Amino acid sequence: MGMMERMEVRTGAATAAGVSEFLTFKLGGEEYGIDILKVQEIRCYEAVTRIANAPAFIKGVVNLRGVIVPIVDLRVKFALGEARYDTFTVVIILNVAGRVVGAVVDSVSDVMELGEGHVKPAPEFNSLLDAGYIMGLGTVQSGEGERLLILVDIERLMSSPDMGLLERAAA
Amino acid sequence: MGEISNPGLQQDGFDLTQFYGVFFEEARENLANMESLLLDIDVARPSNEELNAIFRVAHSIKGGAATFGFADVASLTHELETLLDRLRRNELALKRSMVDLLLEAGDVVKAQLACYQSGTDERPPVDALIERIRKMASGQDAAPGGPSAARSLRVTIGPLKSGEAADGLAELFRDIPTLGSIEALDDGVLASDGLRRFKVTTASPDSELLELFSFHVAREQVCIESFGAASAAPAASAKAPAAAAQHPDPEAAPARTTEGDGYGFFVDPKTLAAQTAARAAAADAEAAHRSETRGRADKAAGGALESTTLRVDVEKVDQLINLVGELVITQAMLSQQAKDLDAVQFSALLGGITDLERNSRHLQETVMSIRMIPMAFVFNRFPRLIRDLASRLDKQIELRLVGEATEMDKGLIEKIVDPLTHLVRNSADHGIETPARRQAAGKTPHGTITLSAAHQGGSILIEVRDDGQGLRRERILDKARERGLAVRDDMSDAEVWALIWEPGFSTADQVSDVSGRGVGMDVVRRNITALNGTVELDSAEGYGTRVTVRLPLTLAIMDGMSIGVGGETYILPLASVVESFQVMPGMVQSVGATGRVVKVRDEFLPVVALDDIFNVPRQDGERGPEIMMIVEAEGRRVAALVDELLGQHQVVVKNLETNYRRVPDISGATILGDGRVALIVDTAGLVKRARH
Amino acid sequence: MQSILAVDDSASMRQMVSFTLKGAGYHVIEAADGQEAYEKAMTQSVDLVLTDQNMPRMDGVTLVKNLRGLPAYLSTPILILTTESSDEMKSKGRAAGATGWLVKPFDPSKLLEVIRKVIR
Repeated sequence: MGMMERMEVRTGAATAAGVSEFLTFKLGGEEYGIDILKVQEIRCYEAVTRIANAPAFIKGVVNLRGVIVPIVDLRVKFALGEARYDTFTVVIILNVAGRVVGAVVDSVSDVMELGEGHVKPAPEFNSLLDAGYIMGLGTVQSGEGERLLILVDIERLMSSPDMGLLERAAA
Repeated sequence: MGEISNPGLQQDGFDLTQFYGVFFEEARENLANMESLLLDIDVARPSNEELNAIFRVAHSIKGGAATFGFADVASLTHELETLLDRLRRNELALKRSMVDLLLEAGDVVKAQLACYQSGTDERPPVDALIERIRKMASGQDAAPGGPSAARSLRVTIGPLKSGEAADGLAELFRDIPTLGSIEALDDGVLASDGLRRFKVTTASPDSELLELFSFHVAREQVCIESFGAASAAPAASAKAPAAAAQHPDPEAAPARTTEGDGYGFFVDPKTLAAQTAARAAAADAEAAHRSETRGRADKAAGGALESTTLRVDVEKVDQLINLVGELVITQAMLSQQAKDLDAVQFSALLGGITDLERNSRHLQETVMSIRMIPMAFVFNRFPRLIRDLASRLDKQIELRLVGEATEMDKGLIEKIVDPLTHLVRNSADHGIETPARRQAAGKTPHGTITLSAAHQGGSILIEVRDDGQGLRRERILDKARERGLAVRDDMSDAEVWALIWEPGFSTADQVSDVSGRGVGMDVVRRNITALNGTVELDSAEGYGTRVTVRLPLTLAIMDGMSIGVGGETYILPLASVVESFQVMPGMVQSVGATGRVVKVRDEFLPVVALDDIFNVPRQDGERGPEIMMIVEAEGRRVAALVDELLGQHQVVVKNLETNYRRVPDISGATILGDGRVALIVDTAGLVKRARH
Repeated sequence: MQSILAVDDSASMRQMVSFTLKGAGYHVIEAADGQEAYEKAMTQSVDLVLTDQNMPRMDGVTLVKNLRGLPAYLSTPILILTTESSDEMKSKGRAAGATGWLVKPFDPSKLLEVIRKVIR
């Protein structure tokens, strides 16, 4: 392993010095981790009102205790095979860029603590996400082996123009 | 009496900063009142009531400013007070130039207060202004009472606890260069008799000096005599300055039994205290009886007193509105759940729910009305603006205000001020012609700008109309060509006027600093569009121009009509629904390739299919839409084709843009009784679509 | 507890006076002008009246005159708050029946000091 340039983990609260907490979820066979502080809650997928003429990956809006929240299906956005909607479908409700938005994923795992020592810069081969959204790779001991977590800057990802959630600034 | 402390400093353990907020608001209201009185006043025959009212404004602000330590505000308003006092006593005749000066001074006081409020150390310069006010107050044209030649005075101050208290006097002379000069005769040291001594050279009368000095020391502590005269009293008795300091006033000096530092009694306070104690004892016995009478009297008096208002934090009101919104949603849900219950078995419950619906409706109407403010709040700044503009542009402009009582949501009102101001300035600058040109054109020398506000359907309509030269078609076309915009000679007038919205457009002969370049108009439109409103121009060359602004009344709660389109539920604002009917075969006819119309009585209305616009997925074999809803928005009608009418109910309007973005043809969202989200159709957008 | 009727058309002044007096243990009744003060005085009695001079509807001196016309206020201490301590104002106040005067601007401690001279 040698000395490598540490990738600064840009977000995530330090629980102890240099340790951050991540919510992990599965998407298209890979595992991702996002800053737990951006996660408001986890819900099942239901009662989504379609918004006409929106891109296919924006499923619509839901009523979250009186607040209207848009739902984005990341499986559709990244073309990860057939997206099913059943009682097991999970939506992560996020608090990013001053908004509340929901993201549909395959499944949600657990919350992991990662110390700085367990985060390395990501190699460039990841096809799904632009390197700019990836904060690094985390390694976690799991049973007998190691799990690889792709740490995503979920705020940046959800705010990106091609996610279509934010209005483009008036020209 | 001590000096005025610096604002914010605690005075003997009392923190006065907590009262600043009220003082600033009060002063602002007072200044607004003064301005309005000044604008309305008849210069030739001012009423005493008005003059007194204006005097009281200056007096009130001065009192508060002095108490709370805003010395420069106090000095400026003091000068105004002097001028106004003379005016209300009819010692001076009111002139237009005085009104102008008073208006100007009011602006400066406003600026001074703003500096304090924002916490900056900057202060607007006031010396020149004070000078002009003084000149005006002394009746510069009047012969008597004019400023006298400079004289030398010996001024004795005391008794004082500390010498520094009198140093403020030197500051006065520094701040007011025309006051004269002051020289300490005691090297700045307090003498053993507690007195400070100065030599003052000034052309101002004693009364003026006394008034200025009283900001730093009590009047009773000031003794002014001619320099060179045998120095009397101070050496003899410490009391003397008090005795000699008064105005040379013919009325007999009252024999005071007790006098202190800034106060005095006509009656011996000791005997008074004894009297009070005796009264108190007797009064206790009657307490019970009195409180009963008081209760009754208060009720009677309550009716006679003026109306009471409450100052409330806007945040609290918004919170209240949100809570009421939640209540309405819950009530709708309850109504929904109870819909299918057996009417006989659950009659009490159903009755309760009906009552709840009624109460919720009343509650929400009342709460919404709290945020509604009359347009007068926006309009009230324009008389002054027009007056200043007219004077600067050398034009005669009359302002008419119509519909000032029309109410609009507070949040909207704040945002509409800037665009409206720009439109009014445009009218004054580019619309209304000079008196000479108007007369040459056979018009009255004075032009009229009319500002009006009215409710229309679910919108508020604001108009800025002028009887000026109107938009000049050819000039606009020329300018557009110049700027490389695509124009045709056969463009309709409406299309030509619409060119004005292009950024950077201005056909003004020269860029006046009043309304600047044409860059303003596209910003105006953008501001209004941001409020979900629309703005239109209409004009007749030579006759005038009219700008019409239409804004939706932001009602967070509105009456909606639920409609079904292919299994999805949408909401139409009930206010825009004119009528609905079942579509019979043959009613709808095709026009051109894609257009459809339907004949409603004598009118052909364009048909808009909602399942089309909203791309609603349809199953095979599903029955198509059968209901036509006639919808009106912005004065135009369109026929919307839907599947079914689901019902009418109150909806809480939620903003889609809070967490998402603007969606075309959708004006907001709401939560139905079953908890699902339904989108609210933007009827104005719908109507626009149909035009093309 | 003793009660004081504080009369001034400036809300910020009333607030300050009220706050100061209440802090010293007095019960305070406020009025925004002479007329309101007079009406309130008719339905309740107070131990001291503090009034500004320049007010709409009814000014301080007139209020004093009118109060002295009420049996309950024949000897109630009344102090006029004034920015001018000219002889003219003083004699007017005296003639109207005021007990004394206090020059504005004053600081809160001065106010209490003067009041304590007059009532407990």
